[in-house]
Amino acid sequence: MSKYLFYPGCSLQRSARPYLDSLVAIKDDLDIELLEIDDWNCCGATEYISVARLPAYALNGRNLALAANQSNGTSTVVAPCSACYLNLAKTDRYMRIDPDLNASVNDALAAGGLHYDPGTVTVRHLLDIIYHQIGIEAIKRKVVRPLTGLRVAPYYGCMIVRPDYENRFGSPEYPDVLDQVLRALGATVVDFPVKTHCCGGHMTQISPPVAYELIRRLIYAADSYQADILATLCPMCQLNLDAYQDDMNKHFATDYSVPIVYFTQLMGLAFGHEPQELGLGKEMVDPRPALAKVGVAVEGMVSAETTSTKRHSQRRRKDDPSLPMPQPLIKEEDAS
Amino acid sequence: MNPSQDEKERIGVYVCHCGSNIAGVVDVEDVAVWAGDKLADEGVVVSRDYKFMCSSLGQEMIEQDIAEQGLTRVVVAACSPHLHEKTFRGACARAGLNPYLSELVSIREQVSWVHTDKQKATAKAKAMIAGGVERVIEQEALEPLKVPIHPATLVVGGGIAGIQAALEIAESGSLVYLVEREPSIGGHMAQFDKTFPTLDCAACILTPKMVDAGSHPNIELYTWSEVERVDGSVGNFTVTIKKKPRYVNEELCTGCGICVEKCTRNVIDGEFEAGLGYRKAIYTPFPQAVPKYPVLDTENCTYFEKGKCKACQLLCPTGAIDFEQTEQYITVTVGNIILATGFDLFDARRVPQYGYGRLKNVFTSLEFERLSNAAGPTNGEIVLRDGVTKPESVGIIHCVGSRDRNYNNYCSVICCMQSLKFAHLVKERTGATVYNFYIDMRTAYKDYDEFYQHVMEEGTIFVRGRVAEVTDAARRSGEEDKLIIQVEDTLAGRQRRIPVDMVVLSAGLEPRRDAKQVAHTFGISCSANGWFIEKHPKLDPIATMTEGVYIAGCVQGPKDIPSSVAQGAAAAARVISRINKGEIELEPIRATVDAHKCSGCRICNDLCPFNAIVWHEDEMVTEINHALCQGCGTCVAACPAGAISGTGFSNEQVMSQIEGLLMFEQPVDLLAMAV
Amino acid sequence: MTPIAPTKPRSFLEQVEAGTPGDSRLSMCIQCGTCGGSCPSAEDMDYSPRQIFAMIRADMKDRVLRSNSPWYCVSCYYCTIRCPQEVHITDIMYTLKHMAIEADLYRDSAAPDLSNTFVSYVENNGRSFEFGLATRHYLKHQPLNLVGAAAMGLEMFSKGRMDWRPEKIKQTKQLRAILKRAKAIEASQKMEAVA
Repeated sequence: MSKYLFYPGCSLQRSARPYLDSLVAIKDDLDIELLEIDDWNCCGATEYISVARLPAYALNGRNLALAANQSNGTSTVVAPCSACYLNLAKTDRYMRIDPDLNASVNDALAAGGLHYDPGTVTVRHLLDIIYHQIGIEAIKRKVVRPLTGLRVAPYYGCMIVRPDYENRFGSPEYPDVLDQVLRALGATVVDFPVKTHCCGGHMTQISPPVAYELIRRLIYAADSYQADILATLCPMCQLNLDAYQDDMNKHFATDYSVPIVYFTQLMGLAFGHEPQELGLGKEMVDPRPALAKVGVAVEGMVSAETTSTKRHSQRRRKDDPSLPMPQPLIKEEDAS
Repeated sequence: MNPSQDEKERIGVYVCHCGSNIAGVVDVEDVAVWAGDKLADEGVVVSRDYKFMCSSLGQEMIEQDIAEQGLTRVVVAACSPHLHEKTFRGACARAGLNPYLSELVSIREQVSWVHTDKQKATAKAKAMIAGGVERVIEQEALEPLKVPIHPATLVVGGGIAGIQAALEIAESGSLVYLVEREPSIGGHMAQFDKTFPTLDCAACILTPKMVDAGSHPNIELYTWSEVERVDGSVGNFTVTIKKKPRYVNEELCTGCGICVEKCTRNVIDGEFEAGLGYRKAIYTPFPQAVPKYPVLDTENCTYFEKGKCKACQLLCPTGAIDFEQTEQYITVTVGNIILATGFDLFDARRVPQYGYGRLKNVFTSLEFERLSNAAGPTNGEIVLRDGVTKPESVGIIHCVGSRDRNYNNYCSVICCMQSLKFAHLVKERTGATVYNFYIDMRTAYKDYDEFYQHVMEEGTIFVRGRVAEVTDAARRSGEEDKLIIQVEDTLAGRQRRIPVDMVVLSAGLEPRRDAKQVAHTFGISCSANGWFIEKHPKLDPIATMTEGVYIAGCVQGPKDIPSSVAQGAAAAARVISRINKGEIELEPIRATVDAHKCSGCRICNDLCPFNAIVWHEDEMVTEINHALCQGCGTCVAACPAGAISGTGFSNEQVMSQIEGLLMFEQPVDLLAMAV
Repeated sequence: MTPIAPTKPRSFLEQVEAGTPGDSRLSMCIQCGTCGGSCPSAEDMDYSPRQIFAMIRADMKDRVLRSNSPWYCVSCYYCTIRCPQEVHITDIMYTLKHMAIEADLYRDSAAPDLSNTFVSYVENNGRSFEFGLATRHYLKHQPLNLVGAAAMGLEMFSKGRMDWRPEKIKQTKQLRAILKRAKAIEASQKMEAVA
């Protein structure tokens, strides 16, 4: 059993409760223990730093200091929310590379009797832990209800893959980590071209038309790639794409219906948990038609499609005039 | 410190004004008077200052003093030895004094150019001259090393730069070994269709040179070969060439091509066709290949895979196919080496936002060259990846992998012109709408900007902006089934999404993947980027810091065909002049190991940047090859036993110089200044 | 003795650079437009990020701080990772936002208000509060959309995804003390910079 310090973040308390529920449901399958950081505070999202710089870093400094004090055999903090993850990781990083900032943050923390030495804890996103620490093979072993036939659009959003200071996700433009996790569950993963585009962020509040356009781009792409469902790993992305999908449809006079779920919910389903246990059914866009497909597949009706595994063949028909495609880039670390 | 009068050296000190370069900060007259007075006990008998010591009059002054005053040592306080050490040594030699009994003290680069306080600068100049005087007393008379030059030359790399160099030397009457890694010479230029800005057909101007190189009586061609090892030094290198097995007997092969025709295996040609076309398992890369003999690719050969087939062998009319062939090692002796190993194309898959390798109709520049080449996979038809559809709109993206700190932060030089050439070819062959996306248009060379103007006249649309991404994710009608180029049109100040059928990525140039290893084999150095470093960026761009090893073409840095040809010819001219002279004189500044003091620890063995250190296993001592040693001093400093000394930099010489520097009392902060 | 040079007021460029953690590399911008091309909300910005940087270098402080561009930044970081000069664009946008709040120059208050409202919940409770944030924000800035938003909100409540009441951390006093000190430090740093 691996132990981690856990920073749930505000959203998981309510609007992203299903994310928390599903994570709690699968943590035993993944053989991990999550120790919630006692009395953690909000990370400030993207708002606090817009108002004031130093208090925003001090806000996160408190969380890091609490985590460091509580570190009991582990110094890794897991955050399931992309914005929380980035804010905590960024504070740690900037305190490390900017000695003035480090001094000022600790000066402020001293007012609350706290102190934090940057680098004491390592902040990682949940997907990073699942991919790198638990691993694809371990996930495959836990699958009892493969999601065969379910076409899933893997959606990463912005803040885990960018700036990604530690290069944990491989590519800031076209990562593959979530794709692999979903594929391990037996799902058909569509090659989703907008997988790291923006969900609209806080624009739903500031200028809804701008947000609707960003939401439309993602939903339109998921629809045109015939995704049954879109899997996300961030509360803000889920909220924008799910809760504002209806408003977006009204705005553009469209009628898209792409259900948005957390990847942990799909993991839970594949691991054999019941939908209610995973917080399914709390979405604004009904996921039942999509999930019904998995039910069918479980009874062995549909064979898996192979659109996601494009294999390059050197053999070709005699009269085929087409030109070969370049081979995918094998990164050196992958090859070794 | 106080040698008796009769054994004392007679030293002349000359302080240069260098116009106001030195005199503006250092009180040179005071320095000269001071040296004549305070250093008289050390043996200074003459001390003068002069406006320009390097002028004929300045040199004559030294010559005259040597003759009239019987000087036995000369100290000149002027600029850096890099610039005028040779000049003053020449003056000494003309007056009959061994040139190595002079010392140049740099009071310009190390004093006047780096200090502003006149008083302190003058004091520092004095200390440095005292150091120079103490040092010159310990100097010894030396003779330059003379090395005969073997008349044969090794040229590595058979692209246009290497071919040019080889032909120039061969024409002058000397033997050239031309080594090429690929099955044919020709390099990247052989893959191109047209060349900018004149739009000459690349093959039409290159193949005659290839034929010349292949048939020249003074050129020995080694294709499908690599240099394995280099020993020796300038004038007398021993080079081991590895000839990889072709599995074709060159004595018997007539180049008829029946083996290629009968081979049943189709393989994607990742080299010559840039992955855009197919070849057989036994192949010649292109019809005009030199030499004409095919090469068998064992990785894809059915016989090598499964032990049966042999179609090529059975059907060869001359019995030239030889499955038993193995690699051969050939040793040659040469006096000089020219490296013209070229570049690799930047791998565009490293920029995921441009979709190369994922989006079908995104092509690289090299793929486009093959696409537009009449001898290429589509016979010169510019079509989409389906092999039939002509594009109606094409976007050409400049600076892919160049001018970008995420990849290479340098400009690849050729991409702007290459992209303009592509725009012209697309227009000419398809009539499509063409967009060129650029950051800055760099067309600085003869007739280049005129070509840009011409392409503008043809109607290519220029968008100033570095493309953000290429996507197939449509957002609005008109974008379906297209590649959408998203860019900020920086001149219009708006973000635009431009749907096109085809995207061409003008990928930058990179050093060869194995550049560092090659540099090590030949004992030269690479820049941080991996380009080979020239001796001087302006005044000697084709020589290296290693005597007898020259560089030409893109191996030195990105450049176009005319510049590569010019460098090839320039390197050849240098080699020819060396061969004609028959010998060269080398600086006698060398390191020597005192075998009695050498403990055999071998610490110095791997440090030598010029591979000049030889280890004698039987005697457990290290020796230094004086022909290879460049006198850099690395081993001298590293030797824990103090067994290595450098001529011209002996312990006695360096210690005396330090004593000289500290001889007179100095203000405390002056010591900090004397770096 | 060298005379002391008269203190020059800091340029806007220097102010922005000083207000951004680490090395912003703002002066290295080559105006290629990768940022403006990558930006998901560029179409709605007054000026593209690239233009903003040119204007910062041209010392057009007022015009930059009045523009909506920093507020329309969605923190997607595409510009930052794609920038060929490694300019820390997203961080610079954050800097511009708090400079604009401080200078009170941004004309449309919706975005700063959202940020300020958010901050006030965090400062009082230690946690953000979606319901409070949304209602206060909608009432002030989008009253016409309130009905629709309320319907969505109700559904969220019914699905247990929204709370009537904010959560609170235990040590609110400690947090406030930290934030108060941080603000004081920041203010004194600004005073030093001006002096």
